[in-house]
Amino acid sequence: MPNRGWMTFVVGLGSALALGWVAFPRLQYRTIEQPLQFSHKVHTSEAVGMTCEDCHSLGDDGRFTGLPSMATCEPCHTEPQGQTAEEKRFVDEYVAKGREIEWLVYARQPENVYFSHAPHVGLAGIACARCHGPHGGTDRLRPYQENRLSSYSRDIWGPSPTRLRRAEWQGMKMTDCSSCHDAHGVRQSCLTCHK
Amino acid sequence: MESAETTRARFAMVIDLDRCNGCGACATACAVENNVPPARPSANERTGLTWQRVYRASNGRQFPENRSVYFPVSCQQCEHPPCVSVCPQNAVDVSPETGVVSQIPVRCLGCRYCMTACPYHARYFNWFDPKWPDGMETTLNPDVSVRMRGVVEKCNFCHSRWQAAKAKAAAAGKRDLDPADYVPACVEACPEKAIVFGNLDDPRSGVAKSAKSANAFRLLEKLGTEPKVFYRSDRAWVRRLADADVAVQEKEATRG
Repeated sequence: MPNRGWMTFVVGLGSALALGWVAFPRLQYRTIEQPLQFSHKVHTSEAVGMTCEDCHSLGDDGRFTGLPSMATCEPCHTEPQGQTAEEKRFVDEYVAKGREIEWLVYARQPENVYFSHAPHVGLAGIACARCHGPHGGTDRLRPYQENRLSSYSRDIWGPSPTRLRRAEWQGMKMTDCSSCHDAHGVRQSCLTCHK
Repeated sequence: MESAETTRARFAMVIDLDRCNGCGACATACAVENNVPPARPSANERTGLTWQRVYRASNGRQFPENRSVYFPVSCQQCEHPPCVSVCPQNAVDVSPETGVVSQIPVRCLGCRYCMTACPYHARYFNWFDPKWPDGMETTLNPDVSVRMRGVVEKCNFCHSRWQAAKAKAAAAGKRDLDPADYVPACVEACPEKAIVFGNLDDPRSGVAKSAKSANAFRLLEKLGTEPKVFYRSDRAWVRRLADADVAVQEKEATRG
């Protein structure tokens, strides 16, 4: 019965591939909701008219401030500006109590990686969306996904387990950095991006 | 988009041995800057971590003619580093931007071939996970990653300071950093101002002039490794030590 042998092989291969390409990537990541919902869309809309740099700015010494602290939010949000329940919660639980929000940072790199926004944004003139995607226009914060093994954010690898047909901004792995560096003739070595 | 090509620099230092009094401030400053943990009580010659180490040597005479000299020895940042070619992991390379020899701990598999290859004993192996006294973790430098057990580490001319200086220049719209913004911790800490640091390729820099002076020399020059750490001394017997094996000389116990 050669057919039975073939069938066993095909079923075995199929289930092994399904395990590797479907089940494992799902098991690999832990999904955590952000402590608070935030709408970039509202803030960057014409009515409010803010830009990325209003909250995520670059200091004179080249250090990037990353996510804004309460000091940036407070001037406008001592009272709720809109009608949403999340904003009310924000005002009551964070602004009134003087607490900082413990955001989960999608783009956080592993500890041994050095990255400075100054040469990329300042000198090379790369737009925020080139690496962060159309994040500035989103209405909700998507859940943060953490790799159970490495504890890195899923954004480092990118959403697709195969990394095929991914958008230019998806993925922040070493190869993503170095291929762009190579394409633009940046002279690089290990210490360019490692600390 | 324009090419982000940067000017090539070759950073180097000249250590004036006639000024060095062996205080070890450079080694301490180095350990604090680069998150090198305090030595374990059981640490010895082989297991201690000291990116910058001060060796003592003497002229071998009896008192009153006896004289001492102190050699602060860190990675010599060779132009032809023996550690690069032996690394099976590509964890070591020479930066074309700075001439600094890198050591990427996460890439290192801990074979210690580079330590065997290094004629200056400037590489150190983490036999244990780093451990700081309670509360001292809060003083760690966030710009330098902490190494785990099983990997090699060494001096990289305080590379995080170079990165910070580059970022500062970039924020001001410049590609080249201001030399005043990039000074390694040992150079800054030396109370005798015995260490001059700068770009060897810049003929106006103090380091380029000093490295060319008559009494400047490098350690084990006969090996052809072309170190970028120079020493200078007006004493002939000190200069003669450069080709001796400093490791067999009496050592000053200065561990980070």
